[in-house]
Amino acid sequence: MTALLSGRGLTRMFDGKNGCAQIDIDLHPGEVTCIVGESGSGKTTLLNLLSLQLRPDAGSLYYRTDDGARIDLGLASEIDRRRLMRTEWGFVRQNPRDGLLRDVSAGANISERLMANGARHYGALRDTAIDWMRKVELDHGRVDDLPRDFSGGMQQRLQIARNLVTGPRLLFMDEPTAGLDVSVQARLLDLLRTLTSQLGIAILIVTHDIGVARLLAHRLLVMRRGRIIETGLTDQVLDDPQQPYTQMLVSSVLPV
Amino acid sequence: MKSPCQWNETVTLPSKNDAVFRNGDYNFAYLDEQTKRMIRRALLKAVAIPGYQVPFAAREMPLPYGWGTGGIQLTAALIGPRDVLKVIDQGADDTTNAVNIRSFFERMTDVATTTLVQEATLIQTRHRIPETPLRADQILIYQVPLPDPVSRLEPRGTERANMHAFGDYGLINVKLYEDIAQHGSVAMAFDYPVIVNGRYLASPSPIPKFDNPKLHMNPALQLFGAGRERRIYAIPPFTSVRSLDFDDHPFTIQPWDESCALCGAPDSFLEEMTVDDRGNRQHICSDSDYCAQRRATQPAHVRHQEAMP
Amino acid sequence: MYVAVKGGEKAIEASRRLLEKQRRGDSRLAELSVSQIREQLRLAVARVMTEGSLYDEELAALAIKQAAGDLVEAIFLLRAYRTTLPRFGYSAPLDVGAMAVQRRISAIFKDVPGGQFLGATHDFTQRLLDFSLLADGGDTVLPAIAGGDDDAISLSPARLARVYDLLEQRGLIAQEEAPADAPDPVDLALEPLHLPAERPTRLQNLARGDEGFLLAMAYATQRGYGGNHPFTGELRFGTVSVEVSVDELDGAVIDIGDLAVTECQTINQFHSSPDHPLAFTQGYGLAFGHSERKAIAMALVDRALCSEELGETITSPAQDPEFMLLHSDNVEASGFVQHLKLPHYVDFQVEVELLRRFQANAHRADATDEIPLPVERDRDLAIQE
Repeated sequence: MTALLSGRGLTRMFDGKNGCAQIDIDLHPGEVTCIVGESGSGKTTLLNLLSLQLRPDAGSLYYRTDDGARIDLGLASEIDRRRLMRTEWGFVRQNPRDGLLRDVSAGANISERLMANGARHYGALRDTAIDWMRKVELDHGRVDDLPRDFSGGMQQRLQIARNLVTGPRLLFMDEPTAGLDVSVQARLLDLLRTLTSQLGIAILIVTHDIGVARLLAHRLLVMRRGRIIETGLTDQVLDDPQQPYTQMLVSSVLPV
Repeated sequence: MKSPCQWNETVTLPSKNDAVFRNGDYNFAYLDEQTKRMIRRALLKAVAIPGYQVPFAAREMPLPYGWGTGGIQLTAALIGPRDVLKVIDQGADDTTNAVNIRSFFERMTDVATTTLVQEATLIQTRHRIPETPLRADQILIYQVPLPDPVSRLEPRGTERANMHAFGDYGLINVKLYEDIAQHGSVAMAFDYPVIVNGRYLASPSPIPKFDNPKLHMNPALQLFGAGRERRIYAIPPFTSVRSLDFDDHPFTIQPWDESCALCGAPDSFLEEMTVDDRGNRQHICSDSDYCAQRRATQPAHVRHQEAMP
Repeated sequence: MYVAVKGGEKAIEASRRLLEKQRRGDSRLAELSVSQIREQLRLAVARVMTEGSLYDEELAALAIKQAAGDLVEAIFLLRAYRTTLPRFGYSAPLDVGAMAVQRRISAIFKDVPGGQFLGATHDFTQRLLDFSLLADGGDTVLPAIAGGDDDAISLSPARLARVYDLLEQRGLIAQEEAPADAPDPVDLALEPLHLPAERPTRLQNLARGDEGFLLAMAYATQRGYGGNHPFTGELRFGTVSVEVSVDELDGAVIDIGDLAVTECQTINQFHSSPDHPLAFTQGYGLAFGHSERKAIAMALVDRALCSEELGETITSPAQDPEFMLLHSDNVEASGFVQHLKLPHYVDFQVEVELLRRFQANAHRADATDEIPLPVERDRDLAIQE
């Protein structure tokens, strides 16, 4: 299988100690990859490097475009990087406050990326927004409501809709279920599983919750102290962890 | 008649003995020649890239920031001894700020001033475009408080610079979308953002949106100065200017049911006056020159009611 | 004319006359002279020179007189005058180590080499109103004190090493050195501020910045909005020579006069990076005349603004260069805040019209008890391009 996004030797350190170092990683179309690790393990730094929010101190990042060409994102122009970020990629933040426009309606939130790409018909935008609210199981009668009138789980679904509206090929998610009640988490995970199998996009999820990984991920990366210490298919890693640290992680959680 | 480009001939450095040195202590038009050149260079760049906000090193002027220092600096950099200057604020020549700016230039240049649009070579304006159509040999200079329409939505200049550089105008369209969703139409009545020459998003300055159509394909050179924000931008003559809208919600301007109570104009921007304590109202042209000229050319018997004391 | 506020020519002239009268106050009292202001309101003069960005005590005193004591207005007057001045060149960096010190304290070394010089300070006055100053005329005569000599005002030896240099010699602080290929610092009076701004540019901006603004923001960093953990390494006030090198004289260095300045260097929490070994960090403040509050506040804000370069998490406005540098200037701020006094008839009127239209829409919607359709009012005129 040809990787959609590949990192080689990615390194970014802060204060000489925190960060991540010498990371090799491949994300494949239609595959959900989870990075697990405790806080401070460097998983968020890696996520930010892969999603172009941070520049690496060293290492390269390659992206395979629709027509099969492989481009070096470190050398790509800012125009190309921005185009990728607002069309072919999506980013779901841990806190919906950071990923939503707080002062405009759900409809406007979903429409933003389409308008940034030139959509000029209000009626069509609104119809698309309503359609996406249905797909993420939100009450489409609330298309004109502000995000703050939605519950935490609904805000997360709104954030997902807002990212998926341009039909991205790659979605980054930073702890998407943290801060949600267990039942709400379960529903969101269920929705994510349905969407990923329907849409066939590549997803990278960063989480400290092995339960999330177990439910969603095809592939698992375990990080500790800025390094990937174990990687493999999810079942393989969870059922037969090789590293003592991974064994500890796996045994310390209850099954979802 | 001066073409907009002929200000070049005033670039030659005047000597201390020239008549252009008025007022002993200050250079012609207040600014020193080096500063004028700096502003003219920024202007050339602005004209070359319509709608793009060119940074420039605004000087402290003897009028406060926010009171027209951008426009004043443009006027000072452009004005020559043979220019005729008109200054308006809210459409009128005799509002206090317009009077103050005009008298500043009278003091610093001794050039002729006028209230008649057709006589002026330079028109400095705050918040209006004259009703009388402009000609190709005139320059309209706008005072601009906030040059970037996105600043209401994104306060970070560094982020906004990226939006302009990459033509990433999703955010301002979100504002339009939201207005229609909440109010049924766009809730911006003045300073209504425009796309200049199909590329850059720009503020037309706080003119009523009634004036926006006049920006489009105007024969005159339109220059915009934001002193405090240190930006200059331009709409060159005969340049396309599109007010933001949606295909199914086209840009519209506000009409009046009334005509001007003084000159009878049915098509000018009207100010609503409360004329007595009982709340009776009257509508009068905001463009005082336009109104006065219409009244002057009307035969006495068709004149509308006289101005109130 | 039909509106009172139009036809302003006469009104403006009358207002100017009235203002002049009020500035003068009761004419039975002697007029305040510029030299009196310069001598007796020296701290006000220092602030106006600092934020007016022009070292001229006489003009600063004149501006204070003309502005009737409104210091922000005086600063504006001085700035507007300053823009018209030709620029002959740039001086060499001030050698503050060679300052003729009138006051010098260090809060980190009790036995600072060279000694502590208390000098003139309000710090240890008991803030009791001194009613003897109410009496007009007749100077206060201070009783002599044993061993005291008030005239020996410049106490320092020829050169008083800066505390900062002492720390650097011991390897305790990171020296910030411009790389050899660094461009000349931007002159903010001649070039617009570009972000991100280098530290020399930021310091120029802060030096002109409003004392009240910097004070409040510096205070905020102490209270946890952008943690700073500062010590006053050194605060010194005195006079320094200004030297310029003259091209026409084959680059000869000429002393063109003295400036009184206040300098503050703070020593802040230590830090390490791949490029720098673990060491204290610093903040820097410099102001014209005797301006200690300004110099210390500036140093705290300068350090806060280094946060990003030092890899610290930005949590507060004081650490945000764009927020700080674009709002520090009181000439800009005062102008724009007060421009709200200008007429906005046209803008307000179209807002009123818009509100009425939306109110009418809402009213119609209530009447039919339906959600309003998102359409423009029929009689609106569609503009064709």
